[in-house]
Amino acid sequence: MASETLTSTEYIRHHLQNLTFGQQHDGSWGLAHDAAEAADMGFWAINVDSMFMTLLLGGLLMWFFRSVAKKVEAGVPSGAQNFAEWVIDFINDSVRGSFSGKNDMVAPLAFTIFLWVFLMNLMDLLPIDLVPEIAKFIGSNVFGMDPHAVFFKVVPSTDPNVTFGMAFGVFALVMYYTIKIKGVGGFVGELTLQPFESKNLFLKILFIPINFVLEFVSLIAKPISLSLRLFGNMYAGEMIFILIAIMFSAGAVMASLGGVLQVGWAIFHILIITLQAFIFMTLTIVYLDMAHHEH
Amino acid sequence: MNLNATIIGQMIAFAIFVAFCMKYVWPPIMAALEERTKKIADGLAAAERGRHEQELAEKRAQQVIHEAKDQANEIISQAQRRGNEIVDESKDTARVEGERILISAQAEIEQEANKAKDELRTQVGSIAIAGAEKILGREIDKKSHTALLEELVSRI
Repeated sequence: MASETLTSTEYIRHHLQNLTFGQQHDGSWGLAHDAAEAADMGFWAINVDSMFMTLLLGGLLMWFFRSVAKKVEAGVPSGAQNFAEWVIDFINDSVRGSFSGKNDMVAPLAFTIFLWVFLMNLMDLLPIDLVPEIAKFIGSNVFGMDPHAVFFKVVPSTDPNVTFGMAFGVFALVMYYTIKIKGVGGFVGELTLQPFESKNLFLKILFIPINFVLEFVSLIAKPISLSLRLFGNMYAGEMIFILIAIMFSAGAVMASLGGVLQVGWAIFHILIITLQAFIFMTLTIVYLDMAHHEH
Repeated sequence: MNLNATIIGQMIAFAIFVAFCMKYVWPPIMAALEERTKKIADGLAAAERGRHEQELAEKRAQQVIHEAKDQANEIISQAQRRGNEIVDESKDTARVEGERILISAQAEIEQEANKAKDELRTQVGSIAIAGAEKILGREIDKKSHTALLEELVSRI
């Protein structure tokens, strides 16, 4: 247990710190040794662990489904194809249920979001110290790093960068299709001429700033709520796993209680990770559907 | 937990994965699913058609069997009729033939009887002549007494 050498606070902090690569105070580029250094690196730094895990999971996902797609056949499906078809059928049904326009990109987008987010969330069910300890071992023995400076957050969706990255990607698509389908005028009109409408020209002009404030907030709320919902849920879930893990070093009674809690929370978390992935996907479909519809 | 360039990295990774999925993963699997849907629909339609055709064929078969039965009945009755005719014909032929044979037999018998009669007459004539010769003790002049003998023969 890491907490044998660390206090509980340090243990929690260690688990919540990303492995950050960026420019340090002395001007050299390298990995941050603690949270303060990572914060000082500013915007032009990168969370190596998040990038590694997301690319690994996304790569696995694409590799698996690509290998199925290569030898897919319309006859009797078997093995991996059964599973892939089940997933794809489920996502296709969701897209058809919520998206009424015609766009070949929405279904693959929903597919990528759902499974990628699901896999990221699924990392939450790995034993909480397993991957960080492996990373610590590799980091200190292969790269000769200070063991205490090897941070590794296994669950990429507890990193707001990851969730914001995806939500902004979705938001960019929403903006693109809104302007493509409704035109710039339509988009501006949507922002300024509702929800308060009037036939009177004076009132109309008077309503424009009010409408704009309301609509702009609701527009910006889309990517923010999309990413913060996922981040918040996963962060809270991870936090509870960390807190339960602390119980393991507090005597036999607490440890066994912790074991029971761990199992209970993990089972409940299976629901949360699936639900959050599904919500992210469904809201993406709904936002894109709204972008395709004129009011 | 700082916002940093990871956001940009994530957006790029996200875009690449979506593009990859859109190009290489989704279309082939969807195509296969649609093809199977079509195959199943075709199969069901074919089954329906087959059932319909079977019904028609059954109806047709019933009709054919019915016709065949009628024909068979007709053929049987014709055959019976023909058989009766043949029996009647052969009866007639047999009767005619029998009569013919009877007539010819009668004619032959008559002929044979006449022949026998003639022979008998001739023999009786010669016996009478021989008897007469013996009785008279002398030669009868055959030529002069032929008429007498003829008369005698015819009277026997």
